[in-house]
Order: sequence, then C-alpha cells, then structure tokens
Amino acid sequence: MPEIVYREAIKRGLEEALESDPRVFMMGEDIGEYGGAYAVTAGFLKKFGPERIKDTPISEQAFMGAGIGAAAGGLRPIIELMSISFSLVAFDQIVNMAANLRYMSGGQISVPMVIRAPTGAGVQLGATHSHSFETWLAEVPGMKVVCPSNSYDALGLIRTAIKDDNPVFFAEPALLYGVKGEVPDEYYEIELGKARIARAGSDITLVSYGYGMKLVEAAADGLSLVGVSAEVIDLRSLNPLDMDAVVASVQKTHRIVVVDSARRTGGIMAEVAAEVQQRAAEWLDGPVMRVGSVDVPWPYSHGLEQKVLTDADDVLAAVAEGYGL
Amino acid sequence: MFLIREFELACGENYGKGFIRGFLHLYIGQEATGVGAISALGDNDYIVSAYRDHGHALARGVDVNRAMAELFGRATGLSKGKGGSMHLFDAAKGFMGGHAIVGAQLPLAAGLALAQQYQKTDGITMCFFGDGSTNQGVYHETLNLAAVWKLPILFLLENNGYGMGSAIERVRAGGSDFYPGLATYGIPAVEVDGMDVLAVKEATELAVRNIRAGGGPQFIEAKTFRFVGHSIADGQRYRGRQEVEEWEERDPVVTFPEILIKMGLASEAQIDKIKAETTAVVENAVKFAEESPNPDPSEIFTDVLA
Repeated sequence: MPEIVYREAIKRGLEEALESDPRVFMMGEDIGEYGGAYAVTAGFLKKFGPERIKDTPISEQAFMGAGIGAAAGGLRPIIELMSISFSLVAFDQIVNMAANLRYMSGGQISVPMVIRAPTGAGVQLGATHSHSFETWLAEVPGMKVVCPSNSYDALGLIRTAIKDDNPVFFAEPALLYGVKGEVPDEYYEIELGKARIARAGSDITLVSYGYGMKLVEAAADGLSLVGVSAEVIDLRSLNPLDMDAVVASVQKTHRIVVVDSARRTGGIMAEVAAEVQQRAAEWLDGPVMRVGSVDVPWPYSHGLEQKVLTDADDVLAAVAEGYGL
Repeated sequence: MFLIREFELACGENYGKGFIRGFLHLYIGQEATGVGAISALGDNDYIVSAYRDHGHALARGVDVNRAMAELFGRATGLSKGKGGSMHLFDAAKGFMGGHAIVGAQLPLAAGLALAQQYQKTDGITMCFFGDGSTNQGVYHETLNLAAVWKLPILFLLENNGYGMGSAIERVRAGGSDFYPGLATYGIPAVEVDGMDVLAVKEATELAVRNIRAGGGPQFIEAKTFRFVGHSIADGQRYRGRQEVEEWEERDPVVTFPEILIKMGLASEAQIDKIKAETTAVVENAVKFAEESPNPDPSEIFTDVLA
C-alpha cells in the first residue's frame, strides 16, 4: 500500500472537498500566499484562487465568527488555526456561537464547519504554544472533536468531518505531520465517534489518541517482549466518545491504562477513567491507571520539555504499578 | 413602533407576573431606529442583533405570538423555548439571532455577509450592536475584516449612551460620537437621529443602495436612548431622571403620529385605531403564550446536533 505523511493525508482530503463541493472554502492566517504554517495548504491559493483560499488578518475571533456566519449562511467553511493554542482567543465564538447556535435556535440554524488546528507539545514552543485544548473542547455539547493519530485515519476522518453538518474540531498533532503511514488509493471514509482497535490483545488495555498513540504502541511493543499481550485502542474521536469499545476491551483484558500526551489532570482521560470505573468496575483486576504529562506550564528547554512530556516508560511504569505486569 | 412598544410593556408586565424569567432587556425608546432601519431591507437580507432583540425581530415581521411564547419558554416559541429573550431566531425571515455575548454577533454577521458575497446574491447583512460593544476587541477585528474583504454588511450602531450602567463617555476614549473616528477602517459612516424613524429609514436606504452597488461595508450611528433600565433589574441609579425625561419628550411613538397628523397623512382616529389593533395583537400574543404548552422534556435532547 502506498505511504504518505500525515500532512499529505489531510491535504488530500481538503483538496478533494474543494474540488467536489463549491460551498467548501478555507480561511486562516497565512494559508494562502505563505502556504500554511505547517504547509498543509501549500499550493492551494494557486489551484483554487483567493475567493476560496482566504488569508485572514490576525484576528482569530473575527475569522472564526465569520466562518460560523458563513456556515449559517449555507457554505461549508474550513477554518485553519495556526495553533490550537490560539483557539483560546476565539473560544467565545467556538463555544458560544458554533456549538450553541443550533440548540438556541431550536434547530433552525446549523453550522457545518471544520476547525483545524495543530495541537500538542514537544517541539520547544514554550508555555503559550504547546497546548492540547481538544480535551477542553470535548466537553462542549453541540460540536464534535476528533484527533487522528495516523495518515489513514487523518484522511478518512477529514473526509467525513467536512461532510458533517455540525461544527467539527479537527486536532492535528504537530509532531505527526511528517510521519508516514499507509493510505490506499481506493476511496474510504471513517465514521466520526468510532474508536479503533489498533492492536488486539488479551492481558491489558492501553487507551490513547493522537500523539499519545506513539507512546502506547511503543509500550505495547515493550510488553510483548516480556510476554504481555496488550490491546491498544485509539479513541480517534473525543466527542462523541466511543466508551463501548473501551468497556468491551476491559471486559476482555480486566486491566486498563489510559494515556494522554496532554497534561494529566482534568483532560479527556479523566472522563474515560471515570466511565470505565462506573461501567466496568466488576471486570477490573486493579485500579484504572492514568498517565499524562506533568501538570506544569510547558517549559522551553529541550531536556525539561522531554521530562514533562509523558513517554512509553511512564506507561510501562503504570502497567507495573497497577497490575504488577 | 406601536407594536414594539406594546409588546415590550407586556413583557415587563408578564415578567412581574413570573411568566417571563431570566434576563429581559426592553427596547422602549429605541423603536424608531429598529423600525426605520429594517424597513429599508428586502427579503434576501439578513439581520443580526444583540440581546436587546425583541424590537428588531418584530420589525422584521417575526410572528408576534411565537415571539411572546418564546419569552414564556413555551413549546410554541420561535426556538421551542430553548432560546429565550436574548436569543430570538427566525431563520426563514433572515432574522439570524439574538446574540447575548456583547459584540460576539459582529463576526457572525460578517460571515453571513461573506456567504452572500460568495454566493453572489444581492443580499446584504444588517448588524445591530450597541455602544457598549465597541470596546470589545472583536468589534475592531470585524470592522477591519469587513473593510478588507469589502463585505456587503451594514454596521448599525445603536448608541443609547450607556453600556448597562456605564455612560459611554466614562468608558470610551474619544467621547460619545463614533462616526468621525471610523476613518481608520475606511468604512463610510454617517450619524443619524435615532429618534426620527424617517431619518433612519432614509439613511439606511442610502447605505443599503451603496452596499448593493458593491461599495463594501457601511456604518450608521443612530443616536438613541432607552427610556427604561438596561434590564428589568436595573434601578438606573447611574443617571438622573431629568436626562430620561428630556429624551422622553422625543418619544417616537408619540412624535411620529403627531407629525403624520400635522402633515395630514393620518387622522387622530386612524392612529387610535392602529393603536387599538396593536394592543389587541399583543393581548392575543400573551394569551397565546399563556395557553401554550411547556416543551416536552424530550426536547432537551433534540437540536443539539444536526
């Protein structure tokens, strides 16, 4: 099967949508002339023209709101935030407008839009540029939140996200843009809200998403060397959250470690842990173990940042602590 | 204007009776601005409003019964009782809300205008906002964006002199006049007497013509005044009675009929008849709302996602 990097997978999905649906257009900071801060939209301006590839002023509230208005007016905008960290500046528009409009209007207005944003730490951008707010946004009713971990899922999910009639927040781990993965030439889509069993196993369930999948897959490799068979689950979607897949796995393995490369406290894995406890406590042989990055602002210095960012060793330590494996 | 005044008075009364709860911001005193401006629009145009939205919705022709039922939180309301006073919507009429975070409606309106520009309709978007919202960053962001993209949008500032209890002079560098200070964004701006319904209509018609001709965004500052508190809970300790009384002398609901009679365009009997009809319409709306059922609990879960 052909391999393409994560960035190319998303780019392919965007291009297909721009080619096939005239209502689809893009807005964002430096997505046109510059080609996108992470080069996802390189060449788009030339191919699709300035009416459909719109460079915006550095005004996150204004262009986020304009995207929501354009969606309410019958278009299907794709908004690129240069970083998920900048979503904070537009949070009012995302939460109060995009997610609420349909409910507040009693179903009269829909907001079919995709908000794309690179997410996560690990490239020494310091405390203001290393956030993972997909875990905050997952709490907001009225919108969907996805975060693919590989090229195949990125293409399959961006296709369905653009076709969805709701606001979809599409978080792209910045550390994955250059990572290769297999993507077939044949067309496929991936339903939003469905987790993926990345690896079947019988002894312990490891759950993560996005960049965290690198850690749990490495940990699963390590466990297999000592004869422990780990089942690895990629949530892919944080809202809707596919708890059925997680619970079914726990019923099989009786052990679980939940892993987030974002900060440990208060994130989506706290939600997963609580749901597992409530729905599958009697199946568990030990505590639901939670692994995440250290609860401090992200430091700049490489050595410090790597110590704060959780890794596969932390996952193995949790497996040992919780279950003695 | 009679309809809006009667509707708002009925809202106040029914708030007192406990039928309407939450925040309630009445449009009393500002009727001439909403009516004059919206009368200049066509069917393909959008209207976006803030939280003081009843007057705009009614001026657009939204169903009076369903508007009142929404305030009562009933199943027959415009949004099935899920929006309330600050969030009135009637998408079929291009009335795209009622938005309650100060200034947040501005980029939404710009986006609707962007859709109109993109789809090459001849529609425009009219965005109402108050003087209080002009100190939000998003106001400046949106004016700039609209100017850069030459969006078909009419910014309609209702300057009633107060952001809740803060007189605009106390919170804005540059004083209480807006339109001369807009040159930086290059958007043509005019000031109009917001208590004069015909003046507002005329200024709006001109602005709308300019926008439809491809002239990009336009800005109207309507100088107006609310005769009542910011919300139903407001005791108005921040301003003197005399200021209110001076403005009340220019009450459009009184002065406009006087002009019509003086000019021989309407008789006192005709005006009285319209008034009586309007009163009946609002009484009927209150009755409709009161008799309407509460939303079924199952409605909690509908309209969350498309």
